[in-house]
Amino acid sequence: MSKLHITTTVNDDPAEFLTDPSTTLLDALRDNLGLTGAKEGCGSGDCGACSVMVDGRLVCACLVLAAEAEGRRIETIEGMAQGGTLHPLQQKFLEHAALQCGFCTPGLLVAAKALLAENPDPTETEVRYWLAGNLCRCTGYDKVVRAVIDAAAEMRQVRRAS
Amino acid sequence: MPHVVLAGSQGREFTGGASEFDVGADTVRRLILELDARYPGFGDYIDRRMAIAIDGEIHQDAYAAALQPDSEIFLIPKIGGG
Amino acid sequence: MTDILDPPKLKVVGTRPIRPDGVDKVTGRAQYGADLVMPGMLVGRIKRSAHAHAKIVSIDTKKARALAGVKAVITAEDLPNLGSEEYEAGEGGGDLRDLSLNVMARSKVLYEGHAVAAVAATSAAVAEAALDLIEIKYEVLPHVIEVEAAMAPGAPVLHANMFTQGLPEKATKPSNIARVNKLGRGNLDEGFAEADVVMSGRYTTQGVHQGYIEPHACVASFSEDGQSTVWSSSQGQFMVRTYCSKLLDLDVADIRVIPAEIGGGFGGKTTVYLEPLALALSRQAGHPVKLVMTRDEVFRATGPTSGAVMEVKLGAKNDGTITAADIVLKYQAGAFAGSPVGAGSMTAVACYNIPNVAITGYDVVTNTPKVAAYRAPGAPIAAFAIESAIDELARKLDMDPIEIRLKNGVADGMKAVYGPTYTNIGYLETVEAIKNHPHYAAPLGPNQGRGLAVGFWFNIGGESTGAVHINDDGSATVVTANPDIGGSRASMGMMAAEVLGLPVELVRPVVGDTTAIGFSGLTGGSRTTFATGMAVTRAAEKVVEDMKRRAALTWDVPVEQVAWENGAAVCLDASKDVKPLSLKAIAGRSGRTGGPISAEVSLTAQGAGPGFAVHLCDVEIDRETGHVTIVRYTAAQDVGRAIHPSYVEGQIQGGVAQGVGWALNEEYVYDADGRMENAGFLDYRVPVASDLPMIEAIMIEVPNPRHPFGAKGVGEVPIVPPLAAVANAVRGALGVRMCDLPLSPPKIRAVIDAQAG
Repeated sequence: MSKLHITTTVNDDPAEFLTDPSTTLLDALRDNLGLTGAKEGCGSGDCGACSVMVDGRLVCACLVLAAEAEGRRIETIEGMAQGGTLHPLQQKFLEHAALQCGFCTPGLLVAAKALLAENPDPTETEVRYWLAGNLCRCTGYDKVVRAVIDAAAEMRQVRRAS
Repeated sequence: MPHVVLAGSQGREFTGGASEFDVGADTVRRLILELDARYPGFGDYIDRRMAIAIDGEIHQDAYAAALQPDSEIFLIPKIGGG
Repeated sequence: MTDILDPPKLKVVGTRPIRPDGVDKVTGRAQYGADLVMPGMLVGRIKRSAHAHAKIVSIDTKKARALAGVKAVITAEDLPNLGSEEYEAGEGGGDLRDLSLNVMARSKVLYEGHAVAAVAATSAAVAEAALDLIEIKYEVLPHVIEVEAAMAPGAPVLHANMFTQGLPEKATKPSNIARVNKLGRGNLDEGFAEADVVMSGRYTTQGVHQGYIEPHACVASFSEDGQSTVWSSSQGQFMVRTYCSKLLDLDVADIRVIPAEIGGGFGGKTTVYLEPLALALSRQAGHPVKLVMTRDEVFRATGPTSGAVMEVKLGAKNDGTITAADIVLKYQAGAFAGSPVGAGSMTAVACYNIPNVAITGYDVVTNTPKVAAYRAPGAPIAAFAIESAIDELARKLDMDPIEIRLKNGVADGMKAVYGPTYTNIGYLETVEAIKNHPHYAAPLGPNQGRGLAVGFWFNIGGESTGAVHINDDGSATVVTANPDIGGSRASMGMMAAEVLGLPVELVRPVVGDTTAIGFSGLTGGSRTTFATGMAVTRAAEKVVEDMKRRAALTWDVPVEQVAWENGAAVCLDASKDVKPLSLKAIAGRSGRTGGPISAEVSLTAQGAGPGFAVHLCDVEIDRETGHVTIVRYTAAQDVGRAIHPSYVEGQIQGGVAQGVGWALNEEYVYDADGRMENAGFLDYRVPVASDLPMIEAIMIEVPNPRHPFGAKGVGEVPIVPPLAAVANAVRGALGVRMCDLPLSPPKIRAVIDAQAG
């Protein structure tokens, strides 16, 4: 079977690649486009380490076919920092030491950003349930939740100021 | 003379069940050599498989560690971690 | 030699700078084991046994080799047939033949998932198709999973040449009991005779996995001249090098192991599964080979820790003095000998000053994956039994659980059950911290219960190398060989910055490959901050001595007249009118004063201080569903000195989370054929963010004088108490003692149903 030619947008830039019909978006991002920030932790959509945004929707890239990226807008961890400046979530994760091994961190950040886009002032419980699809084995989630809440506060302040 | 205690059952197959020894040695290396002379194979076993607690401090792979005449010395299995 | 500095004088150690590798990790730039691509790289895949126990009758790889795109196929025939040989490269001893057989089965498979063959091909699809073309004939044998079933007479025997070690008479029949250990002191009969109250209990745990989110991954490249490079995420690049050299009979000098960033280990990556196979495939194919495990493979084929059966009998006087403890521990070792029952035995009552103790430990092989180290290996399992039993004993005595810990608690000058006298420990202070904490007195709501448990872990020292190089602009590079699992790189930089007198931003800590720095033991055993920190500190001290010498040369004064303060050399001779020489100034003219400024220190760190932890847990039980919610958790720990407090807190919180999962949900579930039924994160249920509350971590600092900054290992102790802390809280909420982990909803419901009926 010949490969499919996929044209898509990744982190606001046009991108294209050839893929087998059965290849996942995760493998296409990592192997075809060299974007290894999204990780495979389980391959079955249970750990969230491969979290990306497709047309503004939070998904596990291991559960999306690469072919489904055709004509869509993909956002990955690599697009989170803008022009040399870290996103407030990234900055707060560092300040709060909300990562230890860092493997789940890209997925957590993408998921947290999606949360704050939908709910700029989440409670601790809302943060925990939103992030329940992102497994972390190192931190026990305490500092992660604190970082997200702190980033949310900062982003609300910036919005108020502008 | 340093008094050495083999804590636990590991190693007793070399000593015929004995677990306490007075050993005239002033370093760990000399202790191993002396015990191996007394119980062939025991020193080698200690060298490979055991840690030595000297006055409460645990030493692993420490030939040069000094033993005082009144040091409390325990031979315990080597400790790993995760 | 740096003495322990008083807290007020420290400028960097004890603060919370952002870790130097942090930006790479929050931007997705950091490269983990599966992220590397090499030109011409092939994809590797492993064929694994579907049987829990079987003889391999034949393996036919002809069709697989003939498939277009397949560049290499290997079986155990392509690896040296090692004799039994003890070797230590990870932590704790092991047998090289066992390791080799675990990496690839030879003549027999011993667990479902056991590797039997491997291929390398031009794509994953071709590699997987090739696996299907490998024809293997098995003679299936009866298997055994449960530890007591494996010990029973008539059980299927895994190894015809395994005769139980440690028995008074030499064993004559093969057994699944690899070893029996005994440990104890005093006189058990007398101890129980003195007791007013006796309790006994039987406790069981299941196999649980370390659960690192990153599956094992490596890339290996074997060159035509016999030199090879391995890129691997592991807990120790030197360990990988040693095992690859031994398993493939290669010279150590010909193997370069480059550490990738590692996505969690917890002990599970202190051994090798893939690297020797990737090298063997690469050698045959003449191209680099990438081998990455799927999650399914991680569960089925990499070491969980032991499931266990434990029996505890305790005796105490009415005033709460514990007089006797009789403990039997039976641990699964998996397919090859080597469970952590020894450490379980030594740590079981390490927090208690009990005069009469007998502990018997059984190391038992079973048709499950060979167990690998898991954070304080062996200790959490034994602590679950002991701390549950002590909790029951306290109830029988109508005694506060804190008071019974204080009454029998160990302090400096007391002897551990495993022998040595405790020095510089902070156990009682840690208990007091919980006793005085508002959590201890907080009221409980309906269906809530509170559990207390304590824990101990030795921590180790071991071999480490640290190098400090001064750059010509006055900044410093610190090189070590310890993969950074949890922020250790930051601590290395901080300790060096403290000694050098530099701001931490000017110190760049890096993790070098096996050719870039002297030998180091792996990252694990709670040793990195202690042992590698010691090496780094001593290297920084050597650099400071060197810079003082250069300043003396520059000023033409005796070196005794030079002191080092705030990152600069100062002249103590008032008659010499000279300004302090900063590190930057000295670095700038280093060529003239003796050449590059650099020091490397290799050492074997001794005197690692043990860690003690005291945990308090509140649970609430939903009686309708049997679900247990952790509503509050406070963890106090004797940490010696927190070099970077955020990462010490992180270790405590992470250990608690793993312990909670172990207590409530995690277990290996096997079907009647010995196959794992829940080899994925959906059904192997680790804690998620909504399962846990904030975890309060209290750091007690009783410094360890053996470390330049007083540090003790911190990473492992936190997982020791939570199993019993949760179980004791459930006991409080439910009114019934549950002795079989995990305390999953069906089991809780069964108790509730029995209460109702």
